[in-house]
Amino acid sequence: MAHSSELIADDIEAYLTSHQYKSLLRFITCGSVDDGKSTLIGRLLYESHLVFEDHLAALEADSAKVGTQGGDLDFALLLDGLSAEREQGITIDVAYRFFSTEKRKFIVADTPGHEQYTRNMVTGASTADVAVILIDARRGVLTQTRRHSYLVSLLGIRNVVVAINKMDLVDYSQDTFESIKAEYLEFADQIGLADADHIQFIPLSALKGDNVVESSGNTGWYDGPALMEFLETVEVDDDRVSAPLRMPVQWVNRPNLDFRGFSGQIVGGSVRPGDSVRILPAGTTSTVARIVTMDGDLDEAVTGQSVTITLTDEVDVSRGDIICAGDDPAEVADQFEAHVVWMHEDEMLPGRPYLMKIGARTVGLTIDDPKYRVDVNTLEQLAAGTLELNEIGVCNIALDRPIPFDPYPGLALGERNSGSPGNRETGGFVIIDKLTQNTVGAGLLHFALRRSHNIHWQDVRVDKDARSEMNSHRPGVVWMTGLSGSGKSTIANIVESKLHTMGVRTYLLDGDNVRHGLNRDLGFTDSDRVENIRRIAEVSGLMVDAGLVVLVSFISPFRAERQLARDRMADGEFIEVHVDTPLEIAEQRDPKGLYAKARSGDLSNFTGIDSPYEAPVSPDVHIETDSIEPEAAADMVIAALRARSIIT
Amino acid sequence: MPTGARLTHLQRLEAEAMQIMREAVSESDRPAMLYSIGKDSSVMLHLARKAFFPSIPPFPLVHVDTTWKFSQMYQFRDDTAREIGMDLIVHQNPECIEQGINPFDHGSAIHTDMWKTQGLKQAIDMNKFDLCFGGARRDEEKSRAKERIFSVRSPQHQWDPKRQRPELWNVYNGRRSPGETLRVFPISNWTELDVWQYVHLEQIPIVPLYLSAPRPVVERDGTWIMVDDDRFQLREGEVPETKSVRFRTLGCYPLSGAIESDATSLLDVVQEMLLATTSERQGRLIDTDSSASMEKKKQEGYF
Ligand SMILES: Nc1nc2c(ncn2[C@@H]2O[C@H](COP(=O)(O)OP(=O)(O)OP(=O)(O)O)[C@@H](O)[C@H]2O)c(=O)[nH]1
Ligand SMILES: [Mg+2]
Repeated sequence: MAHSSELIADDIEAYLTSHQYKSLLRFITCGSVDDGKSTLIGRLLYESHLVFEDHLAALEADSAKVGTQGGDLDFALLLDGLSAEREQGITIDVAYRFFSTEKRKFIVADTPGHEQYTRNMVTGASTADVAVILIDARRGVLTQTRRHSYLVSLLGIRNVVVAINKMDLVDYSQDTFESIKAEYLEFADQIGLADADHIQFIPLSALKGDNVVESSGNTGWYDGPALMEFLETVEVDDDRVSAPLRMPVQWVNRPNLDFRGFSGQIVGGSVRPGDSVRILPAGTTSTVARIVTMDGDLDEAVTGQSVTITLTDEVDVSRGDIICAGDDPAEVADQFEAHVVWMHEDEMLPGRPYLMKIGARTVGLTIDDPKYRVDVNTLEQLAAGTLELNEIGVCNIALDRPIPFDPYPGLALGERNSGSPGNRETGGFVIIDKLTQNTVGAGLLHFALRRSHNIHWQDVRVDKDARSEMNSHRPGVVWMTGLSGSGKSTIANIVESKLHTMGVRTYLLDGDNVRHGLNRDLGFTDSDRVENIRRIAEVSGLMVDAGLVVLVSFISPFRAERQLARDRMADGEFIEVHVDTPLEIAEQRDPKGLYAKARSGDLSNFTGIDSPYEAPVSPDVHIETDSIEPEAAADMVIAALRARSIIT
Repeated sequence: MPTGARLTHLQRLEAEAMQIMREAVSESDRPAMLYSIGKDSSVMLHLARKAFFPSIPPFPLVHVDTTWKFSQMYQFRDDTAREIGMDLIVHQNPECIEQGINPFDHGSAIHTDMWKTQGLKQAIDMNKFDLCFGGARRDEEKSRAKERIFSVRSPQHQWDPKRQRPELWNVYNGRRSPGETLRVFPISNWTELDVWQYVHLEQIPIVPLYLSAPRPVVERDGTWIMVDDDRFQLREGEVPETKSVRFRTLGCYPLSGAIESDATSLLDVVQEMLLATTSERQGRLIDTDSSASMEKKKQEGYF
């Protein structure tokens, strides 16, 4: 591997010292399919003599076997490491590559151009200091070029190279270069990229090597830097260094009773012992006592360092809290406007409960209907009821508790964040699906919604309406009546899990469960049965007051008591469901063996055998279980809830 | 460090690894660190001590053993765990013990699969670990270059390269569905040079086999294999000779190729490495079958 071979051979220590103090630059290549991203990185590695002999031998063999260059070296194969990628000649997932020159050390993420794999591009872009956007000189600015540029701008990458590639195929034409540049600049202006710290256009041939490492004689009309020169010299400012202190607490460090430290990485500003700090969201203030590391205590810790801080007071600090500069703390809120990038095949469901992970904190999240979705081609704001895979939109979001945050410093966000320098570590979040635990999206916080700032709960009369306003649905009771073994619980359980995934707050009261607790003192005489139902009706009523959708699954054999329950609720809140199974069938099923006992006389007062069941005359939902599957029955109940606008 | 100072790249990598480990431990119920005794494991362990200092890292070290490691490695492993005060769990696949699986009679593929791949799955299942740290680096190999830092494995321990979770900024999703486990790679972004330089700067102890010394070896398939104990099956006419050799990677001694070298100090090693023209994994006999072989192994549950 040819670094500076002489220095290595002569004075390895001096070489290592020079290497040790190199700065690190992270960049990505992005752009449309086949624009030459992987080829470019392969070429960079090759030209920097960073490809080992054995890798080169493998590359030659691979190029002959699956290459796209008719046996010549296909540099993309140095990057496309998955077998599916090599077979299809495309990049599917980000590849990270590492190289260093005399001046800098680089981590490069080669991202896929295919729209289908946009989420992988975003993964690579989120940590980049510089984006190299490739454009095929023959094809100019394409939809994917625009999408990636928009994402680069949105994510706040402030240094951009627009590499106009495959110049070899357009005779190194300056006109082609200039017209693509003009077209791109116009778009860049609309997405805020024109405000980037640097935007450099370079005519390039990744395949032939023009302007990759050295300036090319084929483009005499171009007097800018070659790509490598730009990457080696571009000044990258990290705004976070001069921002106010932010340290999300990842782990409370308690080796023994005498030590209580807070471990985390500083993501903004710096900190010294004696500094006053504010711990959010609680808002407690304290003073930094020590900055503890295994290499000894520090006088100061700066952005990027992972440390453990102790405080002078015994304040309550837990994982997810943010230790902030005392005089410039983050904001705290629970409702926001945010950009959302959807990253899963299953579309976003407004109102469904998701999780948000931001910093070291995970909270419950629901997303409103998008205010609009962005057409990446025209930048038009389109009406949208949801976001599908790879779509980008602006939505209001609500959390189940307040969090500290800073606005995300994305360029495409323009005016939205004026006034605050922001911080990508305390303003960027991922969205996690509660059932699969997968990461399904990402978001950038813009600002807290006024209504979230203004809520002083003392001022609000908290009643049923106020409570249910916090939900995406209204309260109500689904009352399932039917013989023992008719299938009430089965259906009720399905209904509940369906409602749950829709973001509806539910509670299931089931005969068997309640009889073990609240109604432990009641038997099965008629009067006990009445009292049983009265209590259940009361409990359901309280839960409806609390804003829930209550599912009651009780034999409840008497019409009168069911009427009593209905009267306890407001109009339209009570849905009577008759789970109708003929006695013979229920008796055949006999899941708990109760009918057998009743028949043999071991059990008395058993509904249907020696105690009456009064079927509803006109139930709101009538389910005849011998002709309807439980799934379909559950859907009938859901439909009834919809018809009454309890859920949407 | 003065205000506004920039961190060097090694400081950035160190801080990143510490952040990853704290995040992983916080989101896991039963974390463990896979400890292979090599230089990457040594660096990872050192970073763990830093991440949780003054606490001792709150998880055990797990060594998936094959009984065929170099004897110096076992010595080093036991000394290290004792000095740091961490629990050490050694797992040896009982089927392998029973059947006497070894690289001489069964070949490297079966040996590696049974001892390492199956052994690892057993160790994770038996101890119910839900998250394991591993010392893999992205610069080692093309399919590693594609893997996330938090990598989800199915209940059957499989890696599905097509269904990797998006991973943005330094926000890691450590959640798992029932049966799923996570592999977490805190030194993903380190290169071989970074590792050596860090070992040098931080004076991290490493197994002496990385440094050159006279050792009994025989030549096989173009590399030197060390005759570490009397289980070595010499082929006809083979006579061990003494050569000054060192190892670039350490594994089972019959499968680890040594190179002739005069590098007796760490600096010598770094110097030789930087001037070298072949990549590190070449010394590892198990990877040479085909370009896509590592991806296949990982899908089957290899670390
Ligand atoms: N003539 C010419 N061909 C090029 C150049 N750069 C790339 N190519 C060819 O264009 C094709 C696509 O190159 P890749 O590097 O795989 O493109 P990519 O942008 O990485 O593609 P995805 O990652 O799949 O989006 C290959 O056949 C390359 O050899 C160039 O500068 N000139
Ligand atoms: Mg590619």
